[in-house]
Amino acid sequence: MLNFLARRLVTMLLTALCLTFIVFALTNLHPNLEKLAKQQASVRMSDAQVTSWLASHGYARPLVQRYGEWLGVVPGWTGKDAEGRPTGRCLSHYEGIKGATIPRYCGILQGDWGYSTVFREGVGGFLATRLAATGWLMLWVLIVMIPTSLVMGVLAGMREGSRLDRTLSVASIASTSTPEYVSGVVLIVLFGSSFTGLSLLFKQWGLISGGVILKGNATSAMSHITFDNFALPVATISIYGVGYIARMTRASMTEVMTAQYIRTARLKGVKFRNIVLRHALRNALIAPFTVIMLQIPWLLNGVVVTETLFSYKGFGWTLVQAASNNDIELLMGCSVVAVIVVLLTQLISDIGYVYLNPRIRIS
Amino acid sequence: MDNLTWPQIFLAMGERFWPVWVALALTFALSITFKRRLGLYGKLFDSPIAMIGFALVMFWVFAAIFAPLIMTHAPLDQLPGMRNASPGKALRDPQGSYPYYLLGGDTLARDVFSRMVAGSVVVIQIAPLATIFAYMVGITLGLPAGYYGGRFDTALSFVANLILAFPVILLFYLLVTPQIVQSGLPQYMAAVLFLFPILFLGVLVNSRFYVKPRFRNIAIALIVVLGGWLYLSTLSQPGTPFHLLPRALDLFNIPGNTMIVFVSVVFVNSPTVFRIVRGLTFDIKSRDYVAAAQTRGEGPWYIMLWEILPNARGPLIVDFCLRIGYTTILLGVLGFFGLGLSPESPDWGSTINAGSRLLAIYPIPALAPALALMSLVLGLNLLADGLREESLKD
Amino acid sequence: MSDWDPSQPILEIENLSISFFTRLREIPAVMDFSCTVMPGEAMGLVGESGCGKSTVALGVMQDLGRNGRIVGGSIKFKGRDLNLMSDAELRQIRGSEIAMIYQEPMASLNPAMKVGAQLAEVPMIHQGMNKKAAWALARQIVEDVRLPDPDRILKAYPHQLSGGQQQRIVIAMALMSKPALLILDEPTTALDVTVEAGIVDLVKELGRKYGTSMLFISHNLGLILDTCDRLCVMYSGEAVETGSVRQVFDKMRHPYTQALFRSIPLPGADKNARPLIAIPGNFPLPHERPEGCNFGPRCDYFQQGLCDRGTIPMETIQGGDRHESRCLRFRQIDWAAPPKAGKTFEKAEPGKVVLRMDDLRKYYEVSANALFGRSGETKVVKANETLTFEARESETLAIVGESGCGKSTFAKVLMGLETATSGRVRLYGEEIQDTPIEKRNTNTVSSVQMVFQNPFDTLNPSMTVGRQIIRALEVFGEGKSDRERREKMLDLMDLVKLPREFADRMPRQLSGGQKQRVGIARAFAGGAKIVVADEPVSALDVSVQAAVTDLLMEIQRREKTTLLFISHDLSIVRYLADRVMVMYLGHVVEMGTTDEVFAPPYHPYTEALLSAVPIADTRVKKKRIVLEGDIPSAMNPPPGCPFQTRCRWKAHVPGNLCEIEVPPIKKLPGGHQIKCHLTDDDFATMEPVIEIAAE
Repeated sequence: MLNFLARRLVTMLLTALCLTFIVFALTNLHPNLEKLAKQQASVRMSDAQVTSWLASHGYARPLVQRYGEWLGVVPGWTGKDAEGRPTGRCLSHYEGIKGATIPRYCGILQGDWGYSTVFREGVGGFLATRLAATGWLMLWVLIVMIPTSLVMGVLAGMREGSRLDRTLSVASIASTSTPEYVSGVVLIVLFGSSFTGLSLLFKQWGLISGGVILKGNATSAMSHITFDNFALPVATISIYGVGYIARMTRASMTEVMTAQYIRTARLKGVKFRNIVLRHALRNALIAPFTVIMLQIPWLLNGVVVTETLFSYKGFGWTLVQAASNNDIELLMGCSVVAVIVVLLTQLISDIGYVYLNPRIRIS
Repeated sequence: MDNLTWPQIFLAMGERFWPVWVALALTFALSITFKRRLGLYGKLFDSPIAMIGFALVMFWVFAAIFAPLIMTHAPLDQLPGMRNASPGKALRDPQGSYPYYLLGGDTLARDVFSRMVAGSVVVIQIAPLATIFAYMVGITLGLPAGYYGGRFDTALSFVANLILAFPVILLFYLLVTPQIVQSGLPQYMAAVLFLFPILFLGVLVNSRFYVKPRFRNIAIALIVVLGGWLYLSTLSQPGTPFHLLPRALDLFNIPGNTMIVFVSVVFVNSPTVFRIVRGLTFDIKSRDYVAAAQTRGEGPWYIMLWEILPNARGPLIVDFCLRIGYTTILLGVLGFFGLGLSPESPDWGSTINAGSRLLAIYPIPALAPALALMSLVLGLNLLADGLREESLKD
Repeated sequence: MSDWDPSQPILEIENLSISFFTRLREIPAVMDFSCTVMPGEAMGLVGESGCGKSTVALGVMQDLGRNGRIVGGSIKFKGRDLNLMSDAELRQIRGSEIAMIYQEPMASLNPAMKVGAQLAEVPMIHQGMNKKAAWALARQIVEDVRLPDPDRILKAYPHQLSGGQQQRIVIAMALMSKPALLILDEPTTALDVTVEAGIVDLVKELGRKYGTSMLFISHNLGLILDTCDRLCVMYSGEAVETGSVRQVFDKMRHPYTQALFRSIPLPGADKNARPLIAIPGNFPLPHERPEGCNFGPRCDYFQQGLCDRGTIPMETIQGGDRHESRCLRFRQIDWAAPPKAGKTFEKAEPGKVVLRMDDLRKYYEVSANALFGRSGETKVVKANETLTFEARESETLAIVGESGCGKSTFAKVLMGLETATSGRVRLYGEEIQDTPIEKRNTNTVSSVQMVFQNPFDTLNPSMTVGRQIIRALEVFGEGKSDRERREKMLDLMDLVKLPREFADRMPRQLSGGQKQRVGIARAFAGGAKIVVADEPVSALDVSVQAAVTDLLMEIQRREKTTLLFISHDLSIVRYLADRVMVMYLGHVVEMGTTDEVFAPPYHPYTEALLSAVPIADTRVKKKRIVLEGDIPSAMNPPPGCPFQTRCRWKAHVPGNLCEIEVPPIKKLPGGHQIKCHLTDDDFATMEPVIEIAAE
């Protein structure tokens, strides 16, 4: 087991390095840097000016070396600017702090995530607050999504072909066919707009006092989460995921219910309820567990769409801002977070699979 | 002229779709009549779920084919007084064109209905083709990985997992940018990706017909010449390092931003296909008929392509349907974030994005393409589900 | 249940009919089936696959799934009709009064539940026992089924046990509530022969101990003879003959029963002098059953105008003990008449040596742990150890052994799918042990071909039958044009006695036996000189087995092929082999001519194997030798002699020589060799295992 974990960790580390390097390379293409120079200095720079700006800001050195600096395994660059003042990668973060010792290395490994050119803030701290906001969103999504989908899947799968099964199956197919940008639009029109949809009806009937049933904008949830401002974003993300997990659970459940050991249990005289709960459930949940864990990185996409749609300034919103504004260090920070999330969930899914499935847990 | 009421709007829309109804009726009548002779396709018509799914999919396929007949206005026409027009609003001055905006106008006074129909053309052109390419790549790499296992498999699986570990949106943001298009990277990726179909067909023919050299030579020559021509035409783009063919021979030009959308969608889908094919191959290679082929000295590619692949087709067909749906969703994501396709493009993702800004006040411009996209994906998913059920019943 | 009188039948099935309903039609699976089981009686249900015997069992359990329904008749258990019971009443009976033992023990046990919990559940449901008492009872029953270390086993998960142990657990589970009726559905089919013998003994003993009645379902007549008092022969959904085991075996009164016995290799059958008589034709599909007698079209005694109309009732036979037959002509048929003399053949003389193996070894390296594998410790599996033998032209060499004995590995090395670790394989004097199949020339490849075990797996399901044979012809460079190859393919279809129009069919349209014929045709496409037949008939029904075996022999005679016949079935080996090689855990433990191997002196393993094989002949007297335990894993073989862990002769060897040293090959007169430490004197004391009582 330890051996397995160690090997998994090495693979993970390797994957993380590869991924961050690819992102680093793609964000540091020459056109990106040129754009950065023009953003930072002046839009009307000549090519020569751009080149010298890049050189004086440490961007003219080889890609691998800069990646090493970003990672924190190569000493940060140092130089002098036009006026002869010392500059350097590690220096810029300590501007104005007198007497601070400037470290030689300042990369991710040292906890230095860089500086966001758009938000004028350290990437580390900025991301932390955004991640916390997204964390709440994810938490509620998981609380809503997992029980709903598992119950749907188990109920549908325990009696294959029954009317309940048909109904739930069509419902879950419909929900997997509704990506976030569709469900978000539909939900906002239905519940979050005072000019159309149910809100208008309810208002005419005098059922609600305000303009809308639920808020179609989640900005206020940044400070305090209420049902009003959080229900729609959570529902938007959940709808797409619920169907998928429910389908997986159903497939797994139907397979288990036709297994011979279920017949054994039935012919032992076990009640149907106990067959489902004691004999089928554990075997049927092995596959969906993996799916759920692998679903979390996928939820990340949903988070990006939903946060954009509902103006909820979390991690997804940050990613969009960083990517569309060429904020290289922030985008790198986002990628690191995303990669860590993906790899961690993969690891948990592997370990959980081994734990749940006694057939593998032998040695 | 008066504005239309909702029932009138629906009637009018139904009327505009008449070529679709005729085509659908014909398809269903013919298919149901001959369903016993049509194999798995025929079996679709035994399951109501599959029929509904098939109808939804074919609805949009026919809508795309007959789009010029269905659209009431050109998708980019901006008519006076129709900004954010409500559904069914009559034109101020029809001048012989269709007198209403059936689903109203968007913020730029364009007809929402026509744009929705035009959007189906974009999706129906790109999604299935991109999925086919993803399959070619996934199959060509997945078969040997599953069949040989070992280092080769480990390396390929590592790369596949690497791509899968990227959050899709991040990948799109990194790949589908003007800077990347400038750098020529999509062209290079396309050069690699588009090579796979030719490779695939070549190996497919050679592995089976090497015992009949004459036939094999002709077939391979045809594949290389025709495939190569298509390949070069696809890649060749005047004014880029890829100006490979003289203009007279260049069959078509694909604009750079469409190419990058296409390539990145293929790129995102291939690793999953790879994993599915690899798993199926792993499973099927232990069958006795594979051993029989080995013991009569068949080459590995014959075994992979002619003994294993045909017997993996069931799950692959089902996944293919699902994957077209997923690709449609991905195209929507790209459009939603304004990546790749031009801002005027009528594709559904872009129109949803444009419409979502004034969603609370004018819902229809976003709602119409959203529901269109959903119905197409729903159709594909229902079709896949029906296919799965029916293929299991055999 | 107090109103039930123990002198009455415990199970009484009357005119039972069961159908399955598909979208297209109703498929009758069981028709007009009646049978009675008295208390303490063991009833056998015999028939080929698809005859409805398992459906009867599930009908008794009232567990026919969503599509199955009982459409007529009654099933009375202790006088109460099970068909009329509510779900709750049925639940009370299932597991406590009627228990079932299944074919595949691994699949029948819940993989995610500890064995103990699965056992204890039964009394907890039915007797309302508390958990502690139930576990204590479970421990006691586990001891009863003679499993070692019951405490460890109760805490284990099913996958941690071997196949034999799992089946004992399934039996223990069935016995937890001391049921009145035990239904056994092919309980040993998935197990090795020597393990099967132990299970059969256990079932018999426990049945006697608890006074349980049994319904024993099997396709194996020998097994029924070993275990049952009465039996019922089924054919195509109907019972065709029922009676006491002795009566049905010795005085059968239905043509199907007779044909069945004539088609299985019993001692005395000989491929040349007294060949088996296959039942002509095919088993009818449920919706293609003929009018009148179902067996009619395949019956030697068929009379037009009589057997092909109406329904045929079960009739009682005078002078028997509840002996009945579903035949209109059983009074006219002369049952004592010997079978029409079949073709007899000259014994083919073996020719020159075509294949010689010298000291062949094949070791595999596998990682110790399948999931977390790759790096870390690896283990060496010695799949084949010092294999030395030769095979001659037109000779049949049988390779006998149970799972893990290395017989398939040896086939792979010969075919070139694997290369040998050491030693030599010479084919017509050419060394091929290091040449993988890709490097062999077409001639070598086409001269060594293989027939596979599983008919449902041997043909590519998405290619027509003809196409698959033509492909083999193409690869072997036979024929110059497509037309010529098509002709050749049709000739091959004739050779294996398949109608030519089958060439355009898909494999799924063929029956198992027909598929196996196609497999044989494919193997002979390039004029194979050596054919490795890996259990070619073990997955087929007995009546089809004879036909396929005959076909192989016939082609062999004509083509002078060397046949390497891999099998675990000693009956068929005795019938068709010229020489026999017995393997155990990678070692050849005994080799000699068929007569030498089947008569003493034996290797102790051969002796046990012979004793374990059930023989469907009442005249045969067998010495009962039941091996303890399971076959050790090839990953972890015992030191010294591979068989020492289960050998009953071990005590005769002084010291612990058997545990230290691999025994030498002892050469006996006539080329007979045995790998054993026993002395000549020990061998001399061995008695024959099988004796045929004089009639």
